[in-house]
Amino acid sequence: MELVKLKINGKDVEAPAGSTILQAAENSGISIPRLCYYPDLSPMGQCRLCVVEVEGNTLLPASCVTPISAGMVIHTESPAVIEARKIILELLLANHPQDCMTCDKMGDCRLAEYAYQYGVRDSRFVGEKHNYAVDESNPFIIRDLNKCIQCGACVRACEEITGKDNLSYMYRGYNRKVTTADDVSYVDSDCVFCGQCVAVCPTGALTEKQIHGKARAWELQKVRTTCPFCGTGCNFDLCVHEGQVVGVKSSPDSVVNGRALCVKGRFGWDFVNNAQRLTTPLIKRDGNFVPASWEEAINLIAERLSEIKNKYGSDSFAALSSARCTNEENYLMQKFTRAVMGTNNVDHCART
Amino acid sequence: MAEEQRIVLRNADQINPAKLEDYLQAGGYQGLEKARSMSRADLIAEVKKSNLRGRGGAAFNCGLKWSFVPTDAEVSYVVCNLDEGEPGTYKDRIIVQKDPQQLLEGMAICGHAVNAKQGYIYCRGEYPYVVELLNLAIDQARSKGVLGDFNIEVRMGAGAYVCGEETALIESIEGHRGEPRFKPPFPGVSGLWGKPTVVNNVETFANLPQIVFNGADWYAAIGASTYPGTKVLTLTGDVEKRVFIEVPTNVTLREIIYNYGGGVKSGRRLKAVQVGGTSGGFIPEYLLDTPIDYDSMRSIGATLGTGAVFVMDETRDVVDIVTHIAKFFKEESCGKCNPCREGTFRCYEIMDRINRGRGTLPDIEHMIQLGKVMERVCLCGLGQASPSPILTTLQHFRYEYERKLIS
Ligand SMILES: Cc1cc2nc3c(=O)[nH]c(=O)nc-3n(C[C@H](O)[C@H](O)[C@H](O)COP(=O)(O)O)c2cc1C
Ligand code: SF4
Ligand code: SF4
Ligand code: SF4
Ligand code: FES
Repeated sequence: MELVKLKINGKDVEAPAGSTILQAAENSGISIPRLCYYPDLSPMGQCRLCVVEVEGNTLLPASCVTPISAGMVIHTESPAVIEARKIILELLLANHPQDCMTCDKMGDCRLAEYAYQYGVRDSRFVGEKHNYAVDESNPFIIRDLNKCIQCGACVRACEEITGKDNLSYMYRGYNRKVTTADDVSYVDSDCVFCGQCVAVCPTGALTEKQIHGKARAWELQKVRTTCPFCGTGCNFDLCVHEGQVVGVKSSPDSVVNGRALCVKGRFGWDFVNNAQRLTTPLIKRDGNFVPASWEEAINLIAERLSEIKNKYGSDSFAALSSARCTNEENYLMQKFTRAVMGTNNVDHCART
Repeated sequence: MAEEQRIVLRNADQINPAKLEDYLQAGGYQGLEKARSMSRADLIAEVKKSNLRGRGGAAFNCGLKWSFVPTDAEVSYVVCNLDEGEPGTYKDRIIVQKDPQQLLEGMAICGHAVNAKQGYIYCRGEYPYVVELLNLAIDQARSKGVLGDFNIEVRMGAGAYVCGEETALIESIEGHRGEPRFKPPFPGVSGLWGKPTVVNNVETFANLPQIVFNGADWYAAIGASTYPGTKVLTLTGDVEKRVFIEVPTNVTLREIIYNYGGGVKSGRRLKAVQVGGTSGGFIPEYLLDTPIDYDSMRSIGATLGTGAVFVMDETRDVVDIVTHIAKFFKEESCGKCNPCREGTFRCYEIMDRINRGRGTLPDIEHMIQLGKVMERVCLCGLGQASPSPILTTLQHFRYEYERKLIS
C-alpha cells in the first residue's frame, strides 16, 4: 500500500494514498467533527462541519471528501476552522427547536454534542424557523423535521442499506426538505419500517416512538443479543431500563448485519413485556393446559417419543424445524432425529 | 461608438444563422478540419498555449481542463453550458442565436481533443426558441456530415440558477435533482454518468474554431496577456445604451461604460457598477480604470464572471439593490449544504431588516462574519460567491447601510 506523507496540526503523519483528510487524521488519532459522514454510507460533503485549513488553499475544504496529497499541511482546529464551525452550528441552532430538555435524543444528539464542544450557546442568527407538523402516523417512528439538519443520512441509509429508496429531497433552499415521495406521511409512503433511517439520524428528527419518555439515553443499559425472529442472526442491543426492555438499537459494529434490521427485529420486541407471555412449559391435563416444570415437560416428551418409536418404528417419526431457529438449533434438531429417533425424516420450513 | 473586436460575433448579422451554407461560405468548419488533422495531444497543447480561459466565470485554462481527461478513457463526453441563469446576462443566447454552427464546430473540436463522440448542450429552460434553432442547426450539420461521427443533443433545464454549476448541470442531465456534487473528482475525471466529461461555456467553445484556424499565438496576442482574447459583455442598468458588445479584454470599465455604453443615463453620475452577474462585487467610481480581464477584476475584489455589466447611477439605493440580490440567493440556493441554505436565508433576513430601517450595528458585524465564513466553506460556487455583493458594498458604501440603521 502506497503511503503519503503529510502534516496535520504540526505532526508528521503518513496515510494510505487515496484516504480522505478525515481518515488520515483519524489514523493518527486526530478526531474531526462530522455530521454527515458515515463510514458505512456514501459520502455527501453536506454539513461542512468537518472543514479544515489546508495551507495554500483559500477555501476551507470538507475533510470527509477531500483526498490527501503528498506534502499537504493541514490544520484541523485553527482559529479560522473553529470560527467556521461555530458559525455553522449557530446557523443550525437558529433553525432548531431548542427543546432539548424534553427531546428524546438528549444525551445521544450529535448536534448538541458539537454545540457543547464548541461552546455555541445562543445563535446570533435567530429569525424565522420551520414549523412542520410532526409525523406520528405510525406506531414506530416519530418524524420531527423541525429538528432535521439535512445530513441526508436517512436518505442514504434507506437507499443503500435497505434498498427501499423511500426518501429523497423536495423543494429548494431554506424549504428543502428530506421526505417521502410527494411529501406524504411515513404510513402513506412505501416505508417498510425497518428503521434504518432512525438508526443513523444524528438528531431528534427521527426517533423510536416506543422509547419516547421511557428513559434518557445515558440511563439505558445495553445488552447485545441475537434477534429471535429468524435465522439470519442479526445482532442488536436491547435497551434495558429498570429491568424492563424499552427498545432495540442496532449498531454498526454488529458483524452479521451492521446497522441493518427489519421491522420485526427493531420494533417487534414488545411481546417481551406482555403479561400473557408463556414463562413455563404447559402440559395438557384433563383437557386444560397447566404449568409444569422443565424437567416434567422434558421427561414427558422423552417418554412419549420412546413409546411411539418402540410401537410404530423409527420411520413413524418426522421432524420439521423452523427458520426462526438458529443454525445450531436446526443442526441439533436433525442430529436428534437421526441419532436418537433413528430416521432421516427431517425437513425445514424454509426448504419449500 | 468605439470599435469592437469581434471573434465569436464575427458572423453576427452577416450570415443567416439558420443556414449552414452561409456559415460554410464564411469559412465555417475550417477550424474543425484543421483540428482533425492534428493529433489529440497537439490540439490540446495548442489550445492550452492560446491561454483561452473559460468564459463561464471561473476562467480556468481551457486546454488544461481538457488535458485532465484520461487519454485511455473509452467513453467521454463534451457538455456545453448554455444555462445562462445569471441575471443581466444574455451573451450566450446572442452568440448562439447569431451563429449556432460556430458553437457546434467548437464542441466538435473539443470532441476530437478528448476523444468524445457525444456532446450535450444544456440549455436554459427559458430559451425554447434557442433550442429550436440549435436543433435545426444540428440537423443541418448532420445531414451535411460536417460533424463527422460527433453527435450533439440538446437538453433543457427547468429554471434553476444552480443548474449552471457544472456538477449540478451534470446531475440534471442525468435526470436527478440539480444539486452540486463535491469536487474532486472533477468532471474531467468523473462527470456525466461517471465518465470523463468536459464542461465549457458557450463562449469558450465559440472561440475555438478561430483559435485553431488562426493559431494559438494569434489569439494569445489579443487583449490582456493573462486573460487574452475578447469578451462579450452585456450592458444593463442605468447606461445610455443597453447593448451587447465584444471587446478585447484589456479595455477598461470606464471605456466600456462611457465609450461603448454612451455613459450613464440622463447624464447622471455613476454610483457603482456590478460586473459578472448577481454574485459580482460592487465597484465604485474610482476603480473604473481597471481593465475587465479576470485577474484585474480579482485584484480589486470584483469578478469578470459572465461579463454582465450592471450600471447604477447616483440615485440608486445600494442597500435596496443588495437586499434584492440577497433574496435571489436565498431563493436559488439548492439547500444541500448547511452554510449556504441557512446562511443565504439569514443574510436576506438581516439585509431586509436593515433595508426597512430596523437593523443595528451588530447586525452588520454578524453578517460580515457570516459572509466571510460562507465564502470559504460552502459546497459550491453559489454559496461561496453569494456574500460578495454584501461584503463589497459594506466595503465601499458602508455609509449607505449606516444611515438606515436604528439610531
Ligand atoms: C451557481 C453557479 C452558476 C453557474 N452558471 C453558469 C452558467 O449559467 N453558464 C456557464 O457557462 N457557467 C456557469 N457556471 C460555471 C460552471 O460551473 C463552469 O465552471 C463552467 O461552465 C465551465 O466552463 P468554462 O470553463 O468554459 O467557463 C456557474 C457556476 C455556479 C457556481
Ligand atoms: S423505515 Fe426503512 S423503509 Fe422506511 S423510510 Fe426509514 S429506512 Fe426507509
Ligand atoms: S431526518 Fe435525521 S438523518 Fe435524515 S436528514 Fe434529517 S437529520 Fe439527517
Ligand atoms: S453552496 Fe448553496 S447552491 Fe451550492 S451546494 Fe451549497 S446549498 Fe447548494
Ligand atoms: S462530515 Fe464532511 S461535510 Fe459533513
